[in-house]
Amino acid sequence: MLTKKQAMLFFMLGTFLFSIIFIGLTYDTVTRGIPKHTHEENMTDAVVRGRTLWDQHNCMGCHTIMGEGAYYAPELTKVYERRGPGYIKAVLMSKTPWAPRGRKMVAYGFSEEEADDLVAFLKWIGEADLNGFPPKPTFKPQSKD
Amino acid sequence: MRYKSQKVAYWFFALSMLLIILQLTYGFIMAFAHMGYDGLHEIIPFNTAIAVHKNLLVVWILSGFMGAAYYIIPDEAETELCCPKLAYLQLIALAVVGVIAIVGFHFEWWEGRKFLEIPRELDYLVVVDVLLFLFIILATLWKGKKRTTTALVLSGGLVGAALLYLPGMIWFDNHAYDSFFRWWVVHLWVEGVWELIMGGILAYLLIRLTGVDREVIEKWLYVIVGLTFLSGILGTGHHYYYTGTPSYWLTIGGIFSALEPLAFLGMALFAMVMYRKGEKKHPNKLALMWTLGSAILAFVGAGMLGLAHTLPQVNLWTHGTLVTAMHGHMAFWGAYGMLVFAFITYVMPNLTGRKRYFTKTGEYAFWIANIGMILMTSAFAAAGVQQVALERIAGFDFMEVANELWYHFFVLIIAASIFSTGVLMFIWEFYKYGTPSDSALQAQEEFQPISE
Ligand code: HEC
Ligand code: HEM
Ligand SMILES: [Fe+2]
Repeated sequence: MLTKKQAMLFFMLGTFLFSIIFIGLTYDTVTRGIPKHTHEENMTDAVVRGRTLWDQHNCMGCHTIMGEGAYYAPELTKVYERRGPGYIKAVLMSKTPWAPRGRKMVAYGFSEEEADDLVAFLKWIGEADLNGFPPKPTFKPQSKD
Repeated sequence: MRYKSQKVAYWFFALSMLLIILQLTYGFIMAFAHMGYDGLHEIIPFNTAIAVHKNLLVVWILSGFMGAAYYIIPDEAETELCCPKLAYLQLIALAVVGVIAIVGFHFEWWEGRKFLEIPRELDYLVVVDVLLFLFIILATLWKGKKRTTTALVLSGGLVGAALLYLPGMIWFDNHAYDSFFRWWVVHLWVEGVWELIMGGILAYLLIRLTGVDREVIEKWLYVIVGLTFLSGILGTGHHYYYTGTPSYWLTIGGIFSALEPLAFLGMALFAMVMYRKGEKKHPNKLALMWTLGSAILAFVGAGMLGLAHTLPQVNLWTHGTLVTAMHGHMAFWGAYGMLVFAFITYVMPNLTGRKRYFTKTGEYAFWIANIGMILMTSAFAAAGVQQVALERIAGFDFMEVANELWYHFFVLIIAASIFSTGVLMFIWEFYKYGTPSDSALQAQEEFQPISE
């Protein structure tokens, strides 16, 4: 029968072993994987400024990006491709809550520069290699808009 | 053994109870907004409500863990708590930081990072507060007569939780790094070190409630937390499928996260087998109900509902949909919410000297809250599956689908009302116990076997 000492050893060794592997993989992901997958060379100052605005206003509290965030408002990973820069800027610069389909966004009323920065950020994230996310719909209906 | 300084635990639980009420309130605001009634949008937009809801959740559970630790460690180490005055200071600091953070969220004073919205300046205060807490716990353990496995596993979990908060405090220009290290906090908490805390508290409760030999319980405790780390560390990979990370995470994350339910199955079996094995039955039946309930619902919510969407082939479709919300609610409630409730139910008679072991309100609170949560989870599941089918598989626009889903949120609000009723009844019971008394803590008799 298993003794308490053996059980403790199982815990210690398992934890040690898998932590080491995890740290090794993290090292690879951080030094090679993420820069390659996100095309870090395309990360301009505008993208970083856009990312800062994204963080300051907690857009992830309504939207998801790369599938992460909240489930109240549209997924934005591919919004640049889906709507184009003009539409996005209209959303961001709107002085009244943007809600063409009924649900309200916060009326940020961003300046032209801020909107451009956020667009740059959304364009950059849209180009990242996300291993196939978001998936292409299996059936594609005619959307109403 | 009981010690007067354990009283401080009570005030942490009282803080927990207060914060839950606020958490639920903000939950209702969000459910109504999802249904189309966002009348509070100008004052409390959805992103404020969700930040408050999530952070209150984390803070009330941590406050519950801290209270539990302040009760357990003196008992296990057989000594008074080191510096009880500092413990009160630590409590007040926690409450103050919490309140400032919550108020700040209403003025966009935050970071836009799910679960870690607390702004940097306050993060430093959190760190100081947690260091103070750990100092008190570790100093007590140090000066105590005994260092039991239960106490060590619990303290290990608490130290680990503190250390893992740090990677969440680094700023990255690249959003993908931010996401990557955010999971070091969130995932390695709930599917790592918090499970140590859970295991420690569960072991403590089972030793007290069932009377099974400590050596047996603690042996299995090691096996369970061993399984936790064996699967949970590399299981972090289930958050690295589609977030700008290399594709080897699909395989590694898929395999190891699929093993994570084993640790929760372990907890559930652990609790049930020890309950059956125990010859003595503690008279505090409600505490036993919450303890067993927690272990079982943790397996359902974290283990089974986690498994349902953890394989990359499934997660590709469900990632970032209401399916996640379905799992998150029952996992947090079962594993951590109910555990805090179990602990409170166990200690209140000891702290106050009132032997209200089995009241009708207490019993109904258990059933009503849990039935409510099961219904809430079902509503989220239905909404999630419909969202995946229409938006992800059929390719309809997000908002077109969202507008369809309102009826699930109607069901959710009904279910959440049932859940909240149960929680409020629990809080009522807590209130009825009154405050702790020194004489109760001086009475040393612990185990009163009753015949079934
Ligand atoms: C209170 C919740 C909320 C917050 C906060 C929020 N949004 Fe939105 N946003 C919405 C909703 C709801 C829509 C969809 C409105 C509609 O189409 O009817 C939307 C739409 C959008 C769209 C157009 C998406 C599309 O596919 O049509 C973009 C782009 C966008 N938001 C960007 C942002 C950015 C950037 C931020 C942060 C600065 C942000 N949003 C913050 C709720 C929010
Ligand atoms: C008590 C333990 C657990 C808790 C409290 C918990 C809670 C959560 C929460 C809150 C989220 C949403 C996080 C976010 O989007 O920011 C989440 C996501 C997730 N959880 Fe868990 N979880 C637990 C255990 C598990 C287990 C054991 C598994 C796997 C078997 C699992 C699988 C997942 C997956 C795959 C996601 C990502 C969902 C997505 O792609 O959007 N969880 N969990
Ligand atoms: Fe996870």
